[in-house]
Amino acid sequence: MNGSPHLHLPISVRLVMLKVLIALLPGIAVYVWFFGAAILVQIALASAAALAGEAAMLRLRGKPMGLFLADGSALVTAWLIALTFPPIVPWWLTVSATLFAIVVAKHLYGGLGQNPFNPAMVAFCVSIIAFPALMSQWPAVGFTDFAAQMRVVLQSQSAQDAVTMATPLDALRTQLHTPEARATVAGVLGSHATFGNIGGKGWEWIALAYLAGGLWLLQQRIITWHVPVAFLGVLALIAGGFSLGNPERFAGPTFHVITGGAMLGAFFIATDPVSGATTPRGKLLFAAGAALLTWIIRNFGAYPDGMAFAVLLMNMCVPLIDMGTQPPVFGRKDEGRNGRTP
Amino acid sequence: MLATLFKFKGGVKPASHKDESTLAPIARAPLPPRLVVPLRQSAGGTPQPLVTAGQKVFKGERIGAPEGNFSAAIHAPTSGIVLGVESHMLPHPSGLSAPCVVIEPDGEERWIERVPVNYATESPDALRDLLRDSGVVGLGGATFPSHLKLKPGTAGRIGTLIVNGAECEPWITCDDLLMRERAGEIVHGIAILRHIASADRVLIGIEDNKPQAIAAMRAASAQATGVEVVPVPTRYPAGGEKQLIRVLTGIEIPYGRFGTEFGVQCFNVGTAWSVHRAIEKGEPLVSRIVTLTGNVERPGNFEVSIGTPIDELLKLVAPRADTDRYIMGGPMMGFTLPRTDLPLTKAANCILAASPALIPHPGPEMPCIRCGACTRACPAELQPHELYWFARAKNFGKAQEYGIFDCIECGCCAYVCPSNIRLVDYYRFAKSSMRTLEREKAAADAARERFEFRNQREEREKTEKAARLAAKTAASRQAIADGEKPAAAQAPPVTDSAPALPQLDETKRALIAAAFARTQAQKDSVQPKNTDNLTPEKQAEIREIEARRAQVREMAKTPPEEPV
Repeated sequence: MNGSPHLHLPISVRLVMLKVLIALLPGIAVYVWFFGAAILVQIALASAAALAGEAAMLRLRGKPMGLFLADGSALVTAWLIALTFPPIVPWWLTVSATLFAIVVAKHLYGGLGQNPFNPAMVAFCVSIIAFPALMSQWPAVGFTDFAAQMRVVLQSQSAQDAVTMATPLDALRTQLHTPEARATVAGVLGSHATFGNIGGKGWEWIALAYLAGGLWLLQQRIITWHVPVAFLGVLALIAGGFSLGNPERFAGPTFHVITGGAMLGAFFIATDPVSGATTPRGKLLFAAGAALLTWIIRNFGAYPDGMAFAVLLMNMCVPLIDMGTQPPVFGRKDEGRNGRTP
Repeated sequence: MLATLFKFKGGVKPASHKDESTLAPIARAPLPPRLVVPLRQSAGGTPQPLVTAGQKVFKGERIGAPEGNFSAAIHAPTSGIVLGVESHMLPHPSGLSAPCVVIEPDGEERWIERVPVNYATESPDALRDLLRDSGVVGLGGATFPSHLKLKPGTAGRIGTLIVNGAECEPWITCDDLLMRERAGEIVHGIAILRHIASADRVLIGIEDNKPQAIAAMRAASAQATGVEVVPVPTRYPAGGEKQLIRVLTGIEIPYGRFGTEFGVQCFNVGTAWSVHRAIEKGEPLVSRIVTLTGNVERPGNFEVSIGTPIDELLKLVAPRADTDRYIMGGPMMGFTLPRTDLPLTKAANCILAASPALIPHPGPEMPCIRCGACTRACPAELQPHELYWFARAKNFGKAQEYGIFDCIECGCCAYVCPSNIRLVDYYRFAKSSMRTLEREKAAADAARERFEFRNQREEREKTEKAARLAAKTAASRQAIADGEKPAAAQAPPVTDSAPALPQLDETKRALIAAAFARTQAQKDSVQPKNTDNLTPEKQAEIREIEARRAQVREMAKTPPEEPV
């Protein structure tokens, strides 16, 4: 082995993952402000489960334990699971979903860098299919009593209607797009306690904090602009078009972009390099497809938010997208965009 | 007029570390007790030794004749006595050994008769031959024979001459210092190159972190028309030939094509300086400027005789105690020297002393997370992470499809990789494996063709022989039947090797005698050997080759001497 280059930027997988975690902090802080400290417990539970699962799988697979445990990738998965799950889901669901993500979605596919599907989104989809009721148990605005939240998490007390509430997306979907729906967007938004200024009450501020963290990641060159711009842009475009055509039935672009998992997804989930497309045009296609699917599932699907399913569906298309969007090589631009001579 | 600059995609900006070695002017390195001059110091063929042990040589005397046109001559770097032609390890990543001429300097530095040539009155062809015989090769590191780069290509002629003073690798400053101190001589060399190529314009590209070199080159070329010094943004690898051509002209030269096909050609400033010395001073390439820097007490640039052992040079700059390896070339594309008792070659622009603190060893390799940092850094606009998967999986077909041979091995991808993957090593492995497979396939194809051809020939000869035999038998039977006089009368006298055949009847004897006669005639008409009837020159050449072969066989028998 020749060894060149002998120089190396002071960068590592660990640093990349650490920066992603740091970028999530503003969102988490706002989350705690509006919905109480339960989310911190969920993050801790998920982190512990992820590290335990990672350690067990590394030992089984005979991989260097210290090196991979310290890479931070399991923590990113754990935090994303905690942040996409309702903060008052039972503790065992968080733990088992995280273990599923780490053991099945990550390590059974070959570990770091090898998983075709975003592990956090696998955990979300598996959980929402298996436990739809628990996964729809979102805290009501103002339900911030930590002790009461913990009783729900530890299931010493079942979540009651007083403390849970439909999410804004859920409220809008059930009232607009179910067969018996007769309401209008303006009507729903105006009547329901769950809606704030532009999105969900509280949720809109969390989304803006995710946006701030995401912009920092962009500035740090951990992610590129392609995925967030294409995802939010296409989502806004579709939502805007339909709401112009039928403002009574379809919510507008601001609402869709700021609500649910859109902002977290655009900057932290669809940007996952391992399971996403890698070419510039591929990233645009990947994100645009995810946005389209998200909007369709939100409006016509059986689940309140479509982000997780959309990302997994687009994960499946990644090999094809990458293959079809290879940019031309230096000096071969006249051979066409996909001008690789076979 | 200011040239429009183009950008190349990708690239990185490592710390330049140029100041360390630019404080002192270029110094002349003292002659070592022994010079080991490798015979092959350029791309192409290996020159044949022209000297033998015990022979006296002058400085600049030719000691290796270029083998064919795709090669360049080798000269004695100083006057002295040839100690022998021996195999020595070369400074090469593979650690291979090759024949070298070992010279003991006499310290007198007596030149051969130097014949300056007025280039303006010479034909480009004559000048190209002169460059070949003066051993002028690219001093940027690739050591491609310069005369070959000056051949007009399919574009008719070289309209634009690019002179590469970018020197984008960190730590290296030999071109910088050369431009600062010897700008006039470089500009003379450029004029010669321009004359040979009949180029309209000359663009001298220098990275903008070398203001003194830019000023010196501007001052030296102020009188020349059509010559422009262009500061280019400092961004590695701006000094890569393809990248510099792209930056200065917008032309992208793909893999496998030559600049001349696009009417543009690129020469390093050090090469231009050597061209000037070879033509206008009659001094062949026997020394070059080398940067000795890194973890040393007195970094600097030195004019060094080719063949000087590197450890002799290192004494001049006093490496620090924690130096753990020496890199030849820059830290981005250079390689770790297996030992330091190796001779300095024309390719050596820098010897970099590295310590774990100064140039840390890479961390453990992690799996690729497809982050795409490599793609953004790749100046060849490849997808390095895809090439990595294909190279790792030995899926060479796919690797080639994704352009692995377009990779210039600049190292930007591995430099930015958060997973510490030695990407360039994977590409080198894939490329060399593919080349080996290609060679093996070609050899197998040739063998199969030979085999099939032989089978065919044998088959054909068999049928022809059978047909001849049948015809002959028929003819002789006819002859006997007709009662004609047997062929014996017309046949030449039977030689004494013909057996006496008293018992046989006359007809049979006549038949046998005729057969002997035919054999004799056939023998006489056999084509002469291809070594007969040759001109005396050819025969002399053959004898020379035979002698050389014998010499090589002789050399192979004696074990290579361990260099001290």
